[in-house]
Amino acid sequence: MAEDVKNIAVEEKEATIAFGAKERKLITDPLHLNNPLTVQVLGICSAMAVTSQVYPSLIMAVAVVFVTAFSSLIISLLRNSVPSSIRMIVQLLVIAALVQVVSLVLGAFAYSAYESLAVFIGLIITNCIVMGRLEAFAMANRPWQSFLDGVGNGLGYGFILVAMAVIRELFGKGTIMGLEILNPIFGLFGATYTPNNLMVLPAASLFVIGLMIWVQRGLDDRLVDIS
Amino acid sequence: MDSINIFIKAAFIDNMVLAYFLGMCSYLAVSKTVKTAFGLGLAVIFVLGITMPINWMINTYLLAEGAIVEGVSLEFLRLILFIAVIASMVQLVEMVIEKASPSLYNSLGIFLPLITVNCSIMGGSLFMVSREYSFGESVAFGLGSGLGWFLAIIAIAAIREKLRTADVPPALRGLGIAFILTGLMGIAFMSLTGLNPADFTK
Repeated sequence: MAEDVKNIAVEEKEATIAFGAKERKLITDPLHLNNPLTVQVLGICSAMAVTSQVYPSLIMAVAVVFVTAFSSLIISLLRNSVPSSIRMIVQLLVIAALVQVVSLVLGAFAYSAYESLAVFIGLIITNCIVMGRLEAFAMANRPWQSFLDGVGNGLGYGFILVAMAVIRELFGKGTIMGLEILNPIFGLFGATYTPNNLMVLPAASLFVIGLMIWVQRGLDDRLVDIS
Repeated sequence: MDSINIFIKAAFIDNMVLAYFLGMCSYLAVSKTVKTAFGLGLAVIFVLGITMPINWMINTYLLAEGAIVEGVSLEFLRLILFIAVIASMVQLVEMVIEKASPSLYNSLGIFLPLITVNCSIMGGSLFMVSREYSFGESVAFGLGSGLGWFLAIIAIAAIREKLRTADVPPALRGLGIAFILTGLMGIAFMSLTGLNPADFTK
């Protein structure tokens, strides 16, 4: 996990100039220490049902990165001109408009994915991470920092999503992105892989994320829930 | 009779939390004690029951193809209008409850605004569109899903109250064990899948 974090950070660093240690932290923090799914536990709702296969999870991850990044940017630009009494509605409208854009783009370019994801793409609106980051970060910070914070949280979310999908598809079907993985390996020893049907059930996503939380908190004492 | 079937199906078989994992954020955040879970559950039933028919009317009489101008479909406005309806209904419900019953308002108070970003509300409206329910069916679906959500949060809150004295591994304490419990409950609810509500209402 640590290597992934570094790789992403390095790529981002090369791509942009205004990118000091503080900005880098905005991207790397949500990947591990402040991960939206396993630490903040936000945005579970719209994620669970898509993780039984890797391909829809990748699409969902990209869509969420796009929405968190640009909603943070827009709200940060607007933050001084929006009265606080109507800020919720403004945030929701910005998010809803962006999600609508994602949904139209998907419908045009990846129709099969759009059909199976339709309801869940719409649910990005009520994804608590998006609203959470707007309230907690974008309302009080400059546009560039807010944009990075949005990208970081979107990536942290997408990373866990794809990792869950890999585990579930690999053991549930023996494939990754539809490619046979486990059967050829088992074939070397003259055996065949029997898919574990539990992993295809929706409930398995909860077991997988529960175990991931267990592993992550077991490795890092700072994250253990003391209460 | 269709409406009753949809009500039973939404509450028990296609349970919002245990089959679709919608509304998980507030489900996990507010399920530490049964008392607060009860309040939030009631508020969710209420809001789902109200927003579903309103969104149905908006979808049918405003957004559907040819509803206002012949040959023009406003479906691209669906997400924005639905969330606006939900946000304003939650606001309205809050004001009505505050006027009508201050004691209920005090016990629900903080949880009401949270409902706006409860995915099960928005998800309910989107499912209603994709499954092409009629008006009566959408009312039944709204109330049924609300009841299902209510039952699920009460159940997990009761389990978590008992868990406080249990010896859970430190790294799994809190949310980790709550996830795994919800998964087990989901599997238990799956035993209702074979149930055909039509058998009861013949």
